[in-house]
Amino acid sequence: MIGRRFVAMLMGAAALGGCVQIETPDKPIEINLNINIKQEIVYKLDGDAKKLIEQNSGIF
Amino acid sequence: MLKLGQPAGWATAALAVTAAVALAVPSAMAQRDPAYEAARSAGQIGEQPDGYLGFVTSPTPAVRDMVNDINIKRKAAYTSGAPAGSTVEQFAFVTGCNLIAKTRPGEKYKAPDGRWLTRDSGAPVRDSRCP
Repeated sequence: MIGRRFVAMLMGAAALGGCVQIETPDKPIEINLNINIKQEIVYKLDGDAKKLIEQNSGIF
Repeated sequence: MLKLGQPAGWATAALAVTAAVALAVPSAMAQRDPAYEAARSAGQIGEQPDGYLGFVTSPTPAVRDMVNDINIKRKAAYTSGAPAGSTVEQFAFVTGCNLIAKTRPGEKYKAPDGRWLTRDSGAPVRDSRCP
């Protein structure tokens, strides 16, 4: 009887002590496209990209 | 001074008129094909961060051919449109940023981690380098 209670207590303690909190990241892991582009080029190309989409709306 | 300045003024005006006409003339590919529009809104195909269309679900032969055809045309447009000092891939990437931003709610797009997401009313998940 005592043995069983002891085991139960031990298990309870183990459950409490062994509680591991895993924090899920709120952002997905980003795997960058294998492309080398500097921010200044991104901004330089942005206007041209918008124009391209406008002028070829059938394929975009 | 004034005589020297005038021809330059004329040239600028002529350029402006040419540009305006070029913008006003509707392109031969001004509208999306109804089949393309349907596949987009059905979520069968979606926009990828690389500036090309991808298959969300296993495509029918018709959808596959249509998307391959559009992607070839996109590649041609990126190739001829890439400004000096940038690569075709870079121009395609920045266009892809814009295309994902322009997706309508319900349409699919590929997040930087490779998942296909459905556009909702909020901002899409895009590459951190997007403008």
